[in-house]
Amino acid sequence: MERAAEGNRRGYLAERGWRSWAYTMDHKRIGVMYLYTTIAFFLVGGVFALLLRLELLSPQAKYFSDHAYNVFFTLHGAMMIFLFIIPAIPSGLGNFFIPLHIGARDVAFPRINLASYWVFVAGFLVVIASLVSPMDTGWTFYTPYSAKTGAAVATLSFGIFLIGMSSILTGLNFIVTIHKLRAPGMTWHRLPLFIWGMYATSIIQVIATPVVGVTFLLLAMERLLGVGFFDPAKGGDPVLFQHFFWFYSHPVVYVMILPAMGIISEVIPVFSRKPIFGYKAIAYSSLAIAFLGFLVWGHHMFTSGMSPLANAIFSFLTFFVAVPTAVKVFNWIATLYKGSITFESPMLYALTFIFLFAVGGLTGPFLGALATNVQLHDTYFVVAHFHYTMMGGTVMGFFAGLHYWFPKMTGKMLNEKVARIAWALVFVGFNVTFFTMFIVGVRGMPRRYAEYLPKFHVENVISTVGSAILAVGIAVMVLNFILGLRKGAPAPGNPWRALSLEWQTPSPPDTDNFHEIPVVTDWPYGYGKAEGPAE
Amino acid sequence: MNAPPAGHGDPRVAFESAKLGLWTFLATEVLLFGALFTAYAVFRAKYPEMFRSEHLKLNRVLGTLNTLVLITSSLAVVLGVDAIRRGKARLLEKYYGATILLGAVFLCVKYVEWTGEFRHGLYPGTNIFFSLYFMMTGLHGIHVILGMGVLAYVVVLSRRGRFSSGYHTPVEMAGLYWHFVDLVWIYLLPLLYLIG
Ligand code: HEM
Ligand SMILES: [Cu+2]
Repeated sequence: MERAAEGNRRGYLAERGWRSWAYTMDHKRIGVMYLYTTIAFFLVGGVFALLLRLELLSPQAKYFSDHAYNVFFTLHGAMMIFLFIIPAIPSGLGNFFIPLHIGARDVAFPRINLASYWVFVAGFLVVIASLVSPMDTGWTFYTPYSAKTGAAVATLSFGIFLIGMSSILTGLNFIVTIHKLRAPGMTWHRLPLFIWGMYATSIIQVIATPVVGVTFLLLAMERLLGVGFFDPAKGGDPVLFQHFFWFYSHPVVYVMILPAMGIISEVIPVFSRKPIFGYKAIAYSSLAIAFLGFLVWGHHMFTSGMSPLANAIFSFLTFFVAVPTAVKVFNWIATLYKGSITFESPMLYALTFIFLFAVGGLTGPFLGALATNVQLHDTYFVVAHFHYTMMGGTVMGFFAGLHYWFPKMTGKMLNEKVARIAWALVFVGFNVTFFTMFIVGVRGMPRRYAEYLPKFHVENVISTVGSAILAVGIAVMVLNFILGLRKGAPAPGNPWRALSLEWQTPSPPDTDNFHEIPVVTDWPYGYGKAEGPAE
Repeated sequence: MNAPPAGHGDPRVAFESAKLGLWTFLATEVLLFGALFTAYAVFRAKYPEMFRSEHLKLNRVLGTLNTLVLITSSLAVVLGVDAIRRGKARLLEKYYGATILLGAVFLCVKYVEWTGEFRHGLYPGTNIFFSLYFMMTGLHGIHVILGMGVLAYVVVLSRRGRFSSGYHTPVEMAGLYWHFVDLVWIYLLPLLYLIG
């Protein structure tokens, strides 16, 4: 035992060779593997997005067939959702930082953690196998079309089933870890808010994912055995598919956003040198969002033929989700107020998150209200809305986290100047690309078509130019990461002078995280004061 | 490459972690079956006539027999857990072995049932009722197989002398899981075989 403990006092990256990664049970290494994998899919999904924008340069389908366009937006959407945005923050950054944040040596079930990664790999291999006859249904897989198309729906469904399993295992692991492995003195109200976000996320993963798992299983059975649950010709009900699908897929938008909100709650106080405002409000609003998120799935189906009563109820409930979300935003702004703000790259992305997410959030009620929904449903307004929330929100939060924790994870500093240039390009490119989509959406341009009316031409050209700027920005960011990894200056343990536990370890942390489990006596947000306020 | 000891090396924390983990997993499983039960409720409300007439084509005798088999197997699990609590590993192996055997009996009976239905031209896709029947019993059957695998693994561990009256977390967890698999069947029986 003694010697093993000695051996663990090396940086977690010290061991080399592929076996040290493939069989690792170190949560930090598993997190890093998830990060590489999901970022790779982000880049591939981004290439598909650029192809879409390329096609939309001209009002006629010029470069690809209509079918190819359908395949591209399906692959773009499905990859971004299932292979990037759902796993990236929870399984990537969450794996790395949950044990460090709560003062534990690892997650509760390290073996299951490793298994979840390899199930994920199996899942995306099956997804890739489905490319022999690529999907063209949109990422939503709506029946009856998905039951009839010649595409490899059953294969893709099975792949996503596996990815869902990996997501469940991760969520389960985190729930138990947060409950049982907190360091002495780490009470619930001393937890970093990232942990609260991850806790709420994990609950959603565990409860919602099995439903979509069965749904995809039934869809596969529909195609293989013709069971007919979703086929009106056999007495089935296509709207049932939509209920099942959205029972998962609405809550899962909170799997995407809550961890990002957690990151923002970490970054904002550090770079304003102020205690976070409204700790408990932010913490419990995460749980409230997770709970309310289960009650509003029907707002995706206002035009699908639910009863008017159901429509009204779902619409009504949808507005409630805005409350805990707004609570968070106001608390972040109150934290910034009179803070000594500095604009390092993590902070730039965090502020971008607040701004873009507010735009995305404020356009949500137009879609949540029945009357305007019927007008805007399936137009580019929706495309703009969810890109502002998912890309402007979650992805910016993810970037904030990557820049914030890069020194901790790699032991190297990033080039801050290049990081800011990349940020500026991303910010400008994003808004040029997606703000124009609000405009054409209101004017009635439908989504998911390779062709459009000539009157939308100018806006679409602008949007495509924007996407090119965005792509350059992301390329610069990735290059900066690679350069940082190769040539970055060695990072000190705590470059941002932050108070949460991960910064009390060396950069990169040792394999056992803490040689001695820390005893926690205070919350991690006591910035700008000699001591943080008591609980 | 090696993970730190479970629960920071504190056996009580390790046990509680395992228990919470299993209950969380069961929550997932409930939702997994929950989707199918929802589909069942929706279609039964929509086609009450079909459910009443079609369910008569199921073999109630075999269904009831299987229920008895599973209840007996749960009893064996309880006795097995009790045995190891008193430190009797050999006895545990016998009881868990019996459980696995009963699980196999259940699957054989199920096989006889299904093939009988196929012979009468009743398949998944024949109508909504039979689609539900095959999906629900099929998913349950997969869980029985998984449960048998878990129990077998526990028996192997026990033979290697891993359990004592002081430490037998996996035994309890596997037992709990088996009870859950039984419980699902207890719901399936009236919903599919005994519609009034
Ligand atoms: C890199 C910048 C991106 C660009 C230029 C872009 C562009 C587009 C465009 C033009 C469409 C609409 C296709 C159509 O309806 O005809 C689309 C759809 C979509 N995008 Fe993006 N996107 C980007 C990033 C992302 C990210 C980061 C995510 C999620 C994390 C995402 C998720 C989706 C989804 C879910 C759809 C819907 C696909 C469907 O209709 O089935 N996109 N994207
Ligand atoms: Cu929704």
